[in-house]
Amino acid sequence: MNPADLVLTAADGAAFWLPVAWLGVIGFGVLMYVLLDGFVLGLGILAPLAEDSDQLDHMMNTAAPIWDGNETWLVLGGAGLMAAFPRAYALVLSSLYLPVLAMLLGLIFRGVAFEFRFKGRGVARQAWGAAFSIGSIVAAFSQGVILAALVQGLPMEGGHYSGGTWGWLSPFALMTGVALVCGYALLGAGWLILKTEGRLHQLARGWARPLVVCVLAFMGLVSAALPYLDSRVMARWFEGSNFLWLGPVPLLTLAVGWWLWRDAAIGQGADRPHDAKPFVWTLALFVLGLVGLLLGLWPYLVPPHLTIWGAASPPESQGFVMWGLVFLLPLILSYTAWSYSVFRGKVGADAGYH
Amino acid sequence: MDALLLSRIQFGFVISYHILFPAFTIGLASWLMFLEFRWLRTRDNVWWDLYKFWSKVFAISFGMGVVSGIVMSFQFGTNWSRLSERAGAVLGPLLSYEVLTAFFLEAGFLGVMLFGANKVRPLVHFFCTCMVALGTLISTFWIIAAISWMHTPQGHVLKDGFFTPGDWWQIVFNPSFPYRLTHMVLAAFITTCFVIGGTAAWHLRRGVQREMALRVLKLSIAFGAIAVPMQVMVGDQHGLNTLEHQPIKVAAMEGHWHRGEPGAGVPLVAFAIPNQQAERNDYEIAIPRLGSLILTHSLDGEITPLTAVAPQDRPPVLPVFFAFRVMVGIGMLMLLVVAFSCWTWWRGRLEQSVWMLRGWQLLSPAGFVALLAGWWVTEIGRQPWVVYGLMRTADAVSPNLQASTVATSLAGYATVYAIVFGAGIWYLWRLLKKGPQAGETPPEMGTPDSGAKTPARPLSAADEADIAEGARP
Repeated sequence: MNPADLVLTAADGAAFWLPVAWLGVIGFGVLMYVLLDGFVLGLGILAPLAEDSDQLDHMMNTAAPIWDGNETWLVLGGAGLMAAFPRAYALVLSSLYLPVLAMLLGLIFRGVAFEFRFKGRGVARQAWGAAFSIGSIVAAFSQGVILAALVQGLPMEGGHYSGGTWGWLSPFALMTGVALVCGYALLGAGWLILKTEGRLHQLARGWARPLVVCVLAFMGLVSAALPYLDSRVMARWFEGSNFLWLGPVPLLTLAVGWWLWRDAAIGQGADRPHDAKPFVWTLALFVLGLVGLLLGLWPYLVPPHLTIWGAASPPESQGFVMWGLVFLLPLILSYTAWSYSVFRGKVGADAGYH
Repeated sequence: MDALLLSRIQFGFVISYHILFPAFTIGLASWLMFLEFRWLRTRDNVWWDLYKFWSKVFAISFGMGVVSGIVMSFQFGTNWSRLSERAGAVLGPLLSYEVLTAFFLEAGFLGVMLFGANKVRPLVHFFCTCMVALGTLISTFWIIAAISWMHTPQGHVLKDGFFTPGDWWQIVFNPSFPYRLTHMVLAAFITTCFVIGGTAAWHLRRGVQREMALRVLKLSIAFGAIAVPMQVMVGDQHGLNTLEHQPIKVAAMEGHWHRGEPGAGVPLVAFAIPNQQAERNDYEIAIPRLGSLILTHSLDGEITPLTAVAPQDRPPVLPVFFAFRVMVGIGMLMLLVVAFSCWTWWRGRLEQSVWMLRGWQLLSPAGFVALLAGWWVTEIGRQPWVVYGLMRTADAVSPNLQASTVATSLAGYATVYAIVFGAGIWYLWRLLKKGPQAGETPPEMGTPDSGAKTPARPLSAADEADIAEGARP
């Protein structure tokens, strides 16, 4: 088995490149999950703001045809991590036991609510609406906590996690949890602006700008906290001349933040910015955030101990699935896109299967 | 209780709940494919009405399978991190291929299958149904490959306690894989067949859509008449395969503790209460030599007894012994009901035979019980090993996991599953009770959809009106 802090260079050939490619695959899977399920979770986070039961129906209907496929990216992340980086999979999930549990239970309630809310009556219907919302909020918050726990570094001794049940808990983790809830809510608002018309569309536009302020503020807070964390994560950002060539990422983030603020305006008639813009800018914001994160983490998968080479499964495992990925990923993306295109366009308030 | 035992209970709990839904949807997806194929070929709208009805049942079951399945993909890491760390290089790729070739396929085509009937041409829609059905079967292939490798591991290199893949072909097509796969797919089909047939019998007795119900019951009888005897044979072969590779599991199934007198053969223990401490059966009722006949196909064949291995290498005998009898017992009941139904059909008295209809009704949930019993036999029977003969379950559990933490998660899962799946099964029951509706609008004759403007909820194919008792609004 490799030492946990093994670092290879391009001269090592496949042993260097396979884990790098796999980091790309896992990163892509996480990105797809965060973007796609992010807006669906966002709908759940925004659900308490719906004015009545019909409006909540409308919100859920916009995502119903595709939520299951979106969630599959999370399963790919889990299985892919086990295949390519079994040590990281084992370490992260067993150390972050409670946040992972909370996320899974939240996702269960969120998922079944898509069906059960439309089957129950009266109180049951309201209860499944609440389950949709609370499940989404819990899942989103837990994901933020998990991310933060990784970034701040897991307490380790002798190659094992030594933090106990609550070792991941910190103000930084809680703050990141809230930050991700706000981020997903913004994705959800952007999605509603894109997919709805009328009253709900106007409401979503009203939610967008306050959320933009929250999200940008949290991005600033999280970034400012990074240099003070125990792990060496993000130290790279401030070493020597690194900030110069990494500089475009924060600059671009600021620019996207400004465009997002501008296009999230409520506006009327011809002045109204295009309905897709707030959503697209939010997606861009998330992409930049993840790129910044990966640049900071590199070459660690679980900082500050486990590098991608230290965590990697043997080339026989990584290569075996990589062959499949090369052919299957384009195929998956094409039929997923086709499925989205069948259900494209605005979703009316009367949508549904009645 | 320690973290190990609690983790085992938790894993058994979440996977037992989970497997019910995939097993049902494996069967239902193929049933839907058959119904839509018949509709396309004959344009007889009864087939379409049946398709609509069963696709609603499918939607609810599939949703519950998805949410309980996500738990599974993280369970290995949270509670069995040493297994993941040491065997992840072999198991992870198999699970990854399951996601890539099956889960995405199902999820990608499910939305259109359930709600896109008016948005795409009928053949395209049929293609979507086929892809979903194919997805369920591909998923079975990979997950059974992974499980079978843990039962009969081969094709790997074991170094310092870490499993490294050597030959993937050998890993996937390990010795128990073909038997387990066939046994499981047939079990899923038969379980579904009895739900479908049992529902039809229920509808016949209550006078709900008699013509449709009779048609469905006949199909169920015909399918059962082929599949149930086939399963008996496959089960026998699977048993012989287990005898070859995991003889101690078979000894536990048979309650066979000690080597008998030479030439006396192995008896078939019909009933007993296995006593693990005393290494014997209490209150045993046994038929001499029948065990030998079934297991070795000879009258004096001998099998390895439980005492051939040290006590710490034996599985808990009692649950394996009883679960096996439950599975076989239900299989025999199914065989009986199917045979009786064929006879009634031949005499042209299908609708009048109350006993036959009652039999189907009674057995409609029986497949699930048999399926769980079978899995308990195979999974408890391979204890104390998680990778058979190579890695113990006790060495697979996450280190540093505290009992109180696992107790919390177990309580959490138990509560949430009781609420969520309790509600789900209740909704399914209401839907099945109401039955199919005649005169659903088939796609081509339907008014052109207002197109992209009205996507509906997939995984919500059955709405309130569909399962409300009484008249449609």
